[in-house]
Amino acid sequence: MGMIEQPDRGTPARESAETVSVTVDGHKVSVPKGTSVLRAASEAGIQIPKLCATDMLEAFGSCRLCLVEIDGVKGTPASCTTPAAEGMVIHTQTDRLSRLRRGVMELYISDHPLDCLTCAANGDCELQDMAGAVGLREVRYGMAGENHFDAGSAKPIDGSNPYFAFEPAKCIVCSRCVRACDEVQGTLALTVQGRGFASMISAGTTADDFFSSECVSCGACVQACPTATLIEKTVHEHGTPERMVKTTCAYCGVGCSFEAHLQGDRVVRMVPDREGGANEGHSCVKGRFAWGYATHKDRVTTPMVRERTTDPWRPVSWDEAIETVARRFQAIQAEHGGQAIGGITSSRCTNEEVYVVQKMVRAAFANNNVDTCARVCHSPTGYGLKTTFGTSAGTQNFKSVEKADVVLLIGANPTDAHPVFASRMKRRLRQGAKLIVVDPRRIDLVRTPHIEAAHHIPLRPGTNVAVMNALAHVIVAEGLVDEAFVAARCEDRDFARWRDFVAETRNSPEALAETIGVDPAILRAAARLYATGGNGAIYYGLGVTEHSQGSTMVMAMANLAMATGNLGREGVGVNPLRGQNNVQGACDMGSFPHELSGYRHVSDAATRALFEDAWGVPIGAEPGMRIPNMLAAAIDGTFRGIFIQGEDIAQSDPNTRHVTAALEAMDCVVVQDLFLNETAAYAHVFLPGTSFLEKDGTFTNAERRINRVRPVMAEATGMSEWETVCRIARAMGYDMAYDSAADIMAEIARLTPTFAGVSFARLDREGSLQWPVNDKAPNGTPVMHVDGFVRGKGRFMITEYVATEERTNRYYPLILTTGRILSQYNVGQQTLKTENRRWHETDVLDIHPFDAEERGIADGQMVSVASRKGAITLPARITERMPQGVVYTTFHHALSGTNVITTEYSDWATECPEYKVTAVQVTLSNQPSDWQVDREALGQTHFQVARDAAGREPVEAAE
Amino acid sequence: MKTEDLVRKANQIAAFFAPYPEAEAVEGVVGHMRSFWEPRMRRQLADHIAAGGAGLSPLARKAGEKLMESA
Repeated sequence: MGMIEQPDRGTPARESAETVSVTVDGHKVSVPKGTSVLRAASEAGIQIPKLCATDMLEAFGSCRLCLVEIDGVKGTPASCTTPAAEGMVIHTQTDRLSRLRRGVMELYISDHPLDCLTCAANGDCELQDMAGAVGLREVRYGMAGENHFDAGSAKPIDGSNPYFAFEPAKCIVCSRCVRACDEVQGTLALTVQGRGFASMISAGTTADDFFSSECVSCGACVQACPTATLIEKTVHEHGTPERMVKTTCAYCGVGCSFEAHLQGDRVVRMVPDREGGANEGHSCVKGRFAWGYATHKDRVTTPMVRERTTDPWRPVSWDEAIETVARRFQAIQAEHGGQAIGGITSSRCTNEEVYVVQKMVRAAFANNNVDTCARVCHSPTGYGLKTTFGTSAGTQNFKSVEKADVVLLIGANPTDAHPVFASRMKRRLRQGAKLIVVDPRRIDLVRTPHIEAAHHIPLRPGTNVAVMNALAHVIVAEGLVDEAFVAARCEDRDFARWRDFVAETRNSPEALAETIGVDPAILRAAARLYATGGNGAIYYGLGVTEHSQGSTMVMAMANLAMATGNLGREGVGVNPLRGQNNVQGACDMGSFPHELSGYRHVSDAATRALFEDAWGVPIGAEPGMRIPNMLAAAIDGTFRGIFIQGEDIAQSDPNTRHVTAALEAMDCVVVQDLFLNETAAYAHVFLPGTSFLEKDGTFTNAERRINRVRPVMAEATGMSEWETVCRIARAMGYDMAYDSAADIMAEIARLTPTFAGVSFARLDREGSLQWPVNDKAPNGTPVMHVDGFVRGKGRFMITEYVATEERTNRYYPLILTTGRILSQYNVGQQTLKTENRRWHETDVLDIHPFDAEERGIADGQMVSVASRKGAITLPARITERMPQGVVYTTFHHALSGTNVITTEYSDWATECPEYKVTAVQVTLSNQPSDWQVDREALGQTHFQVARDAAGREPVEAAE
Repeated sequence: MKTEDLVRKANQIAAFFAPYPEAEAVEGVVGHMRSFWEPRMRRQLADHIAAGGAGLSPLARKAGEKLMESA
């Protein structure tokens, strides 16, 4: 692959306790049993020519280029499909093989355009490399025969996908793209159409192009293509990259490792890193392609201030901006007391950036009023898992799913929200693992090519805990508890209480069927399968946490895993699929108001003493304010200033009017972000942030994997985010300074036991580490709770089902639940500024055909969705994926205002909002809602930027 | 914070701990509020109880009273 080559050993690695030894061209090599001759040779340092083989895919044996001779074996077998056997003596270069390979290449080249010098893959083409490797010097057949490339024969280029082009004329029909779509991505969108000479790669039916097909734009086919047939448009435009920087994706909690391929500081493409522990060479449409927002024209790179939120923004120097923040915050504290300001950290920022913000709050603001956006997503995970297991972390690494026999997927839609992990899960499901889906919607995984859930539990939104109790009832009543595990690993008294509780008849599937809305026979069958089907692994998302009983539900899942002994080894566990890239890290870094880094409560004197000593300031022993407390106090007038790092609470937090009223009530709102987001409309100071392509630091993904984020270009703003924060702290009188991000990590490691063994130097050396990394686990911890729980013994908790106070009635008869889709990310600030917008021009309301018919709604018509909190207008999409009585939408577009209608109800333990249950009515509408009209008007007042000295036009609103 | 919101939050916490024996349940609610509620929310709860504690579940009220004692 040209100048930046990822090593490709031809066929996938095999795992086996048994090894075999072979001799390749005189070199002895030992490999795990099952390894191909092609890979064994590669491991001996001998590269056999190949075209249809790549180590991301199973061997196919079609190109006939990797032929070898083996002593005692007749003919010339393909080395990719021949397993290495003990004692084999293999010859990869003989005159006979050379002749054969040259003949094969001659045939390939006779049907391939000879435009190498002007081809986008010039210098990065395996066909070109192989022609060279086999010494092809002539094509005796000439180029005039029947072919696929001349003007009369070539099929047109399919440029429908915004990110890559398909040029059939250059295709050698090696099927690598088709197999990548099947094996790596698991979408099975591509196929070979026709036979023999007429064989063509196709993205579906003849009517389909790549854009209209089932293709999900993961890029696996582009990665697999050995020629220029499938190639990134950016490579076509700019040419081959000349250098590479390894870094980490800034989208979801999978945290894929990428190679940024560059020309100077221009990104030419992002290629998934085969050595990346989270993704092992795979990617999705967001990480692979949707990075253009970093250089989007709307990006704000100059600090700005204004007196009132209705004034136009005034670009200023960094010094002025920082001085303004410090002066205003100090004035608020002088007038309203030390508790009147606070900050919010962002899961989109690095560990180091987050750490300095929480330190600024605790040391410079001198209070504990710091919270993070995990408040609105996975805070119940933290509470629930800490209570039951002793630590808030997910239990497994992603690779663990390869050993799962039963996957219990609850309130998560990984093919959309965690696509790269979904591909790993789908691979295991295609191998025969069973799947149980607990979700009101018929998500893709319920039935998708080659996968069908054994059981789908389409529960009524809000009844998660009832479902868990019903499953637990069956497990206890039918004697399916792993008694040995429970006796050895869990607290006796708490188990006995739990067992008695779930055994009560009121918790049986039959008794709860009406509440849940699901046939009790399905619940019983699902419980039996999870308890007896081998390794049972629970994966879950925000459909678990974003409920009034979010924390109870997390504990209920932990109970189920403990009761069935599904913890402490590969293939099992309780696994949160985190929303944003650094949710885990932001929580680890002490972003919650009640705890310091490493989840140590502020009331613990020893922990406080450690930080007080290091930071040279006293730390408050009382918990600070959570985001909802800050907003409520702002409306009360006691909370007057906030520093918001990389979060858009005016769009992403529930009950928008409440959020914006709170922001409007404050004297100083400081927003640090890439764009003038919705929250910035209510801000007084805007501090331009840096994109992941400019950051130096670390992200920690959902499997606790700490990965390096490396800058590929200089900060467009001229200052790192952590330096900005340090300067604010200094301007407020607290001396906070670091030489580098590595220096910040050194402090984190010094003060946080689970990070004790982490340093940039070690991460650069070893790639990634999964915390805890300390004396007890010097190389990190892929699977937790192996010999015992972090808290000692596991604690079962009683999980009484309590219905939410948000009720349907005749005025609001439907339940709205919200989520996200594959092409978009969270509030859309990043993805909507890329070509990903083409997949999702607007948020839509999914509604069941009967509910639509009852209301006279036709597909695509505008509808009003009204709750007790407000109303929005958006187009309807009629789909049987929805159960009757439930509607669904996303919150990616600011002007949709989805959170105008969500409520203030929240999880009892963590105040995580109940986004997943809002009672609504849906009616036909031909006009925007009042809120949408008001929001449009804000563009003329709150989003204006004063014309700069060069006379450039004001920047418009984010959308 | 609106009193009705505070009362709802307190009752929600109490509802989780309610299945436990009373002393443990009270301790559970008190411990939770002490660990996670910032002081002004606890003061507001105390004020509300002093004013009659309308709307609080018996367990929430008991926990609130205990919280006041130990404050």
